[in-house]
Amino acid sequence: MDVNFQFDWSAAFGSIPYLLPGIPWTLLISFGGLAIGFFIGIFFGLLRISRLRWLRWPAIVYVEVFRGTPILVQVLFIFYGLPQLLGSPINALVAGIAAIAVNSGAYISEIVRGGVQSIERGQGEASLSLGLSRTQAFRYVIWPQAFRRMIPPLGNQGIISIKDTSLFSVIGVGELVRQGQIYIATTFTALEVYFMVALMYLAITWTLSIILRQLEIRGLAGQ
Amino acid sequence: MSETMSNTTQPIVRMQQLNKHFGSLHVLNDIDLTIVPGEVVVIIGASGSGKSTLIRCINGLEEFQSGSLVVDSNELLPHGKSTQALQTIRTEVGMVFQQFNLFPHLSVIDNVTLAPMKVRGLSRDDAVSNAKRLLDRVGIADQADKYPSQLSGGQQQRVALARALAMEPRLMLFDEPTSALDPEMIGEVLDAMRELAKEGMTMVIVTHEMGFAREVADRVIFIHKGEITEQGHPEKLFDSPQHERTQSFLARVLKH
Repeated sequence: MDVNFQFDWSAAFGSIPYLLPGIPWTLLISFGGLAIGFFIGIFFGLLRISRLRWLRWPAIVYVEVFRGTPILVQVLFIFYGLPQLLGSPINALVAGIAAIAVNSGAYISEIVRGGVQSIERGQGEASLSLGLSRTQAFRYVIWPQAFRRMIPPLGNQGIISIKDTSLFSVIGVGELVRQGQIYIATTFTALEVYFMVALMYLAITWTLSIILRQLEIRGLAGQ
Repeated sequence: MSETMSNTTQPIVRMQQLNKHFGSLHVLNDIDLTIVPGEVVVIIGASGSGKSTLIRCINGLEEFQSGSLVVDSNELLPHGKSTQALQTIRTEVGMVFQQFNLFPHLSVIDNVTLAPMKVRGLSRDDAVSNAKRLLDRVGIADQADKYPSQLSGGQQQRVALARALAMEPRLMLFDEPTSALDPEMIGEVLDAMRELAKEGMTMVIVTHEMGFAREVADRVIFIHKGEITEQGHPEKLFDSPQHERTQSFLARVLKH
């Protein structure tokens, strides 16, 4: 092996046209999964803080199961395991979106719970003392404040989930890493191509960070 | 607003043999308390004596374990088992808290209009004009579009008062309304409360402001360890307290 290996910029740039088609897949799996995960998270997060014990425990079980097992195992289970149960194959894209959804949903439900529980007790008491029902107090007073506090951890989870989609190359969905692997198989330029793959992830996550920072600034301006 | 045919001699609050426990702690012990419309009642006592808990029972923010409590002809049951009556009571009873508890994500005007719109079903226009009149009355009409965090403590507490008044309550509860304020802001809040008392509002006030109590109260109640130790007209209670515990409490708080 040549120890004086040089980074071949032309190989790096040359890979771009082959990598770019992976970006829409990465975005589709990430944001598709996160959108569903957001609703799963709100659902189980609210169950988790219910006053009724029998509503709380399904949420606890959900979080423990999907937070406590690797997302790689989850997607393999969905893509290879579930078809045996269902008797029909599952599309790789669907499997990827489902894995992000159930996995991020577990973390988001904890974010929702933490956000709601962080609101001072006096806010609910003031609402009730004005005659608002519990539902109205939640909708108009608690939730808007909790949601603002949830934005930073939600952004964090979004970035983690985007990076998690890289694992889905194992089920053959044509996202960024998969595209890179296919390209490297013919060119043997792993250094340059994975460098470019990393840059593309960075471009996506950095853009998201900037958008989130703007959202936070706008959210706090009112307070 | 009230749908009942209440005449003025009928009490607005009637508490009989009320008991409340926090675990093994007996917070309220056989409390009997009757308040008639128009009356201004001030409750005093050391911290931990149960005075805040007592007024929080009146609008159901605290549950009690035994006894009876009727507020404005609605009966509250022990263990919080009276959701419909509770809802009615809370629309008729306003409350001002020690920590203001304004809604930080809403502007001053939205803080005041929220409940009238969502609970009373007022239109936005009606609620806003009503809110502006109330904000003007407590002296902060020019702050309507600001957010709570942009106001001083005294201004925030006056917004909280306007917010409670916007529901046109028949009874107002005050839970140490000036205890979280800087000394120079206490006066403006007490002034607003004094105005309210003059207009005939029924008020139950927990406070450490003895001068204010003496001035506005029709009756002062001294609570010690969850029991009403002594009550009476402010002059009588402050100048010639009968009970030894009242004497020692007053000696401590009136010294400075």
